[in-house]
Amino acid sequence: MSTVKVITGNHAASFGARDSRAEVIAAYPITPQTQIVELLSEFCADGTLKAKFIKVESEHSAMAACIGASAAGVRAYTATSAHGLALMHEMLHWAANGRHPVVMANVNRAMGPPWSIWTDQNDSLAQRDTGWLQFYCESNQEVYDTTMIAFKACEQVLLPGMLVLDAFILSHTYEPVEMPDQELIDEFLPPFDPPYKMDLDDARAFGALTTPEWYMELRYLIQEAHEKALVTVREVEKEFGETFGRYYGTLELYRCDDAEEVILIAGSTASTAKDAVDIMRKGGRKIGLARIKLFRPFPNEEIRDIASRVNKMIVIDRNVSFGNQGIFFNEIKASLYSAKNRPPVYGFVAGLGGRDMKIDDITGIVEQADTCDIEEILWWGVKL
Amino acid sequence: MSEKKKMRATIPEEEYMFPGTVDCQGCGAAYAMRLALKALGPKTMVVIPACCWSIIAGPFPTSALKMPIYHTAFETAAAVASGVKAGLSIREKEATVLAWAGDGGTFDIGVQSLSAAAERNEDFIYVCYDNEAYMNTGIQRSSATPWGAWTTTTPRKHPKDRPKKNMMEIMAAHRIPYAASATVGHPEDFVRKLKKAREIRGTRFFHVLATCPTGWRSPPELMLEVPRLAVETCVFPLYEIDNGVYSISKKPKEKLPVTEYLKVQGRFRHLTDQQIQYIQEHVDETWELLLKKEKLGRLF
Amino acid sequence: MSEAKFRGAHDLPPCSISVTHELTKTGNWRNSKPVFHKEKCIQCGICWKVCPNACIKLGEYPEWDMDYCKGCAVCAEECPKDAIEMEDERVMV
Repeated sequence: MSTVKVITGNHAASFGARDSRAEVIAAYPITPQTQIVELLSEFCADGTLKAKFIKVESEHSAMAACIGASAAGVRAYTATSAHGLALMHEMLHWAANGRHPVVMANVNRAMGPPWSIWTDQNDSLAQRDTGWLQFYCESNQEVYDTTMIAFKACEQVLLPGMLVLDAFILSHTYEPVEMPDQELIDEFLPPFDPPYKMDLDDARAFGALTTPEWYMELRYLIQEAHEKALVTVREVEKEFGETFGRYYGTLELYRCDDAEEVILIAGSTASTAKDAVDIMRKGGRKIGLARIKLFRPFPNEEIRDIASRVNKMIVIDRNVSFGNQGIFFNEIKASLYSAKNRPPVYGFVAGLGGRDMKIDDITGIVEQADTCDIEEILWWGVKL
Repeated sequence: MSEKKKMRATIPEEEYMFPGTVDCQGCGAAYAMRLALKALGPKTMVVIPACCWSIIAGPFPTSALKMPIYHTAFETAAAVASGVKAGLSIREKEATVLAWAGDGGTFDIGVQSLSAAAERNEDFIYVCYDNEAYMNTGIQRSSATPWGAWTTTTPRKHPKDRPKKNMMEIMAAHRIPYAASATVGHPEDFVRKLKKAREIRGTRFFHVLATCPTGWRSPPELMLEVPRLAVETCVFPLYEIDNGVYSISKKPKEKLPVTEYLKVQGRFRHLTDQQIQYIQEHVDETWELLLKKEKLGRLF
Repeated sequence: MSEAKFRGAHDLPPCSISVTHELTKTGNWRNSKPVFHKEKCIQCGICWKVCPNACIKLGEYPEWDMDYCKGCAVCAEECPKDAIEMEDERVMV
């Protein structure tokens, strides 16, 4: 029998790691992630989860210890946020380049200074080029489900995966979360058994100095693995859907069938934006929404497909690449350059540092896109 | 046919390191690994952060050791070793995890993760092979570089003006079960201490003086002689801290003046008599303090 | 370099994972080579013990693996009976 618990997004992450049977957890506390590791340390202490919890002195060591565990052939998990993720940066490259399928929850939090503990996406998007898969979640249920989806997909392609949830809006908000039977989960996600690990009977050196003769080929293999991951994630999602009845997709489309314009957005703000879409539809606008669930690998084909069916795209970024534009905005435009149909794309930077994103903000953005210049860098709601 | 007499072996015969490692002639770091693996035996897994050994172990697709090696980032030896050990223990696999780092990776950039692992009393052996500077990057000073030494960042006009960090005391302050100093000039002593450490659980720390002819400007053939002089002059005392009890492994019958150690190395060539006197006084004080600690019995 | 033959990316392991113990033949780094005087040898094993690179085989008498010996002269220096002598191998051109 599956059970339903009303829990926070953070606890959904903890239960997700528990039910994925993580074997080594190494983590360091940071607001707003703390509850994830608090509950996991309880699971480890009371034996609910047969795992070693390494209480490290920094996020850098958290990722290093996860990498060591993964190299030893076990399933490793960690969780962090913002500055913790930034401190990990070097080891994020190490995990991906070393082909260690570590899974991590990152609670999206704005970077300082000034200190901020509220949500935006700059922390995770700054890690775009480290080689990690990135999953942006919309609900606590999705956080729970995506943990095991990420483990399964990542272990197949030997790449690490980061699932992302918004600070407070998900991390500290209670929602009902359904947790399936452990037996079914174990069938879906068998134990981790990598093709190479630190093994006394098959002694190998991992990560030795590689000259220009082969370095590039090793990087090509990671690119190939990412391309494969796009297919793998879809297959795993499909299997997850068939087993547990919940399906997310890599680019979730909401009321897009007859849409003439579409909002592109990631994270929990998508929920608000869906309500805004419903309201605007009642007002006669043929508008839909495409939620970016998977950011790396990027679902280019799906983006091009939806672009071919609409007259306008509006991208809402809770992030910014200083000196240029919103990061999703840039990515989407890059994706469309080679497409036959390229509708105008409008980019809005909004909701930084936890600035509330309400239905009125979404409808306001859509209305402003009716009149503004496509070349403009639009900061929604900024006080000038 | 009569049995032919074989050469004597005062250290274990089995080799776990292949010839052809990419180290300089007379490299103490390479020799230290050869000895360590002989002492620890085949059930050993090695974690190596950035250091000379990142190169010595051989480029992809080769490996110089019969044991698994995980090459990792500079500051992470102790953290990765913690993870490897945790992974092995959760799958109930027996192996000695050996973190193998230079002085830069131990005294400087890796001290945070090492201190944390020691505080958690992680079950691994951590060996710092100390060649007293960043040798792999071309002889830059580290906090293990001794007072007065030349390096490429402490030029002769202004040699290092701070004493070497006392890593043994820092590690002892974590109250780990075992810490020992050793040198490549005393192979049997190093092997004995490692064998002893292998049977202890928890964090075990080794501070090993490893000759670097390239960086010390010493003749390669003096690989063993230079550290022997370090011990005979009490510049680098050999001792153990076993569950809080200090014991000195080798007390020189006649303590040699520090000049005997300094004069065989070009890195000290520029020192004035006054500067050498200063080193002598510091060495004498440190040695006296160690003798006192040994007399005090259990200290933690 | 290694004898391992990779033709392209798909022959490689997923990351830099070693596939051979065949190391660099460091013998050509040498400036001088050890010359052994058997009549002086007392079979004490010190030369074998002190070789930083495990280039000396332990047997009745020492045997050097000249494919790898770098000529560091530690064995000659440590030999208590001067049974090992270093001979200059440099060729003047």
